[in-house]
Amino acid sequence: MEKKDTKLEILNINYSEYTTRLSTKFKNREPYKHPDKFKLLSFIPGTIIEILVKEGDKIKKGDEVLVLEAMKMKNRIKCPVSGLVKHIDTHVNDVVPKGKLLIEFSPEE
Amino acid sequence: MPIDQKIRELQERRQKVLLGGGEKAIQKQKAMGKGTARERIMILLDEGSFSEYDMFVEHEARDFDMDKKSLPSDGVIIGTGTIEGAPIAIFAQDFTVAGGSLGLMHSRKITKIMDHALKMRIPLIGINDSGGARIQEGVNSLAGYGEIFFRNTLSSGVIPQISVVLGPCAGGAVYSPALTDFVFVVQNISKMFITGPEVIKTVLGEEISMEDLGGAMVHSEITGNAHFYSKTEDECFAKIKELVSYIPWNNQRKSRAMEPADPLGDCNIDNIVPADPTLPYDVKDVIRSVTDKSEFFEIQRHWAKNIVVGFGRIHGATVGFVANQPLELAGVLDVDSSDKSARFIRYCDAFNIPIITFVDLPGYLPGVDQEHAGVIRHGAKLLYAYSEATVPKITVIIRKAYGGGYIAMGSRHLRADFVFAWPGAEIAVMGPEGAANIIFRKEIMASDDPDATRKAKVEEYKSKFANPYVAAAKGYVDAVIEPCETRRLLIHAIEVSDNKSVSMPFKKHGIPPV
Repeated sequence: MEKKDTKLEILNINYSEYTTRLSTKFKNREPYKHPDKFKLLSFIPGTIIEILVKEGDKIKKGDEVLVLEAMKMKNRIKCPVSGLVKHIDTHVNDVVPKGKLLIEFSPEE
Repeated sequence: MPIDQKIRELQERRQKVLLGGGEKAIQKQKAMGKGTARERIMILLDEGSFSEYDMFVEHEARDFDMDKKSLPSDGVIIGTGTIEGAPIAIFAQDFTVAGGSLGLMHSRKITKIMDHALKMRIPLIGINDSGGARIQEGVNSLAGYGEIFFRNTLSSGVIPQISVVLGPCAGGAVYSPALTDFVFVVQNISKMFITGPEVIKTVLGEEISMEDLGGAMVHSEITGNAHFYSKTEDECFAKIKELVSYIPWNNQRKSRAMEPADPLGDCNIDNIVPADPTLPYDVKDVIRSVTDKSEFFEIQRHWAKNIVVGFGRIHGATVGFVANQPLELAGVLDVDSSDKSARFIRYCDAFNIPIITFVDLPGYLPGVDQEHAGVIRHGAKLLYAYSEATVPKITVIIRKAYGGGYIAMGSRHLRADFVFAWPGAEIAVMGPEGAANIIFRKEIMASDDPDATRKAKVEEYKSKFANPYVAAAKGYVDAVIEPCETRRLLIHAIEVSDNKSVSMPFKKHGIPPV
């Protein structure tokens, strides 16, 4: 594990180009994504134990849409926007990691 | 009973206890490349110096048939001894006895030797090799951990505390090493985590091996929880001995002075650093060119490599080095490197070790990930640590010192006692390219040939500001020196500051951006 990242590369800092090694952590960093309110992501890893809406449902901001159990706590997840349930991308009993897409909403036409 | 018979009885009792968990358990331990608790102590301490205490302690648990079980020494060995003459208090968990699990008496033995170490103001070494809480002893076992953590905190900054993780160290148990000064780990043997692979799999459905979750290299390279990585236990013990040689016995003392020695002849300091500030070199070569015998004992060498920290000796005296590493990520400051160096500076300050800082950095690492990871609060740790430190602080600006990075790296403004700069130093608000782009934006944009104008303006800025003389003119730099003068001036600075005394405003303690 010690021999990796020994190649010299270019790192631009404030318009100057430095010749240096780049760390694995630096190379693996995720580009920033603007958060999308119409996509409900799991905020904690856990198990989906109940889904309270179906595709096509009209929902209001603050409605409860599903129950995510994590660390022995049943979290009742509220809808972040008003609109329609466009797509449900999870099932009851699914074990989901953090940041997984659960439900996609669409603005009401 | 005649006395010789009583002595024989003692010998027999000892013999029984010395077997620990028995032949079978010992064989299993050895098959994993691990030594037994007592073997480890014997290898680490000076020959014949170990005195064991509480050998005959037994547990008092009654539930779950525990009253029928005898656990020799209750699974942990404690005592005192010496390492190259330095007094040491030590405990070593014995994995061969009930998996080194921690029950009430086990924890009382550990806290007894911890109390002893603190009272006697001698370093404490803990060898961790335990399956965790002794479940049969319930909340008593939790109480035991709490008592250990409390003492780790109480002793912090008073006596050196060294943790050696030579086996599993999971759940709450890992917080003891985390509260101590230095953590040693060994490939394939050390495993540290809060929740293990099984829990992670059950709860989250993620599969990961113990080694990938919390093995020695993970903590050395990714988390920064470990300070020293070794391939074998023997290599690990050799490193502990080396560390002990650099540090004092407690916070009222200085490190032991060694016989002064010159750096090795092949370290030619004049030829290490390229003149072009964008080209890399290994800053450890600069450190080795000023230390006695060119020795440098690096700490956390696999983590946050863009900053280098560790001990060396200057004319026999222990010093702590903090140096930007242009070879890695251009030597920038970021979340991890700020964390790493701030903690080391606080260690040096607590234990009366002068700090020598070598500066060559372009500034802080730009990026959303860094900003969102809290580089403001982490970067502030470094400012706090340097400002708060009252040990002698000597700063050598080798090459670039731009912007916030210049201030953070032990500048005059944070009360460095001596600031030296090499002739190639560029002490400026930012790099010439960035500065010229801002200051001469209008001229560059209005030009028929913007690139040529930019180049000309960069050169103009460079010649005016990219040097040590602007800062020297203000007295922010005490002396512009030739590289080959560095060691002589370091020796002098350390001698001069031997009786350094500063008074700080009264406080219970500060509120560092931890």
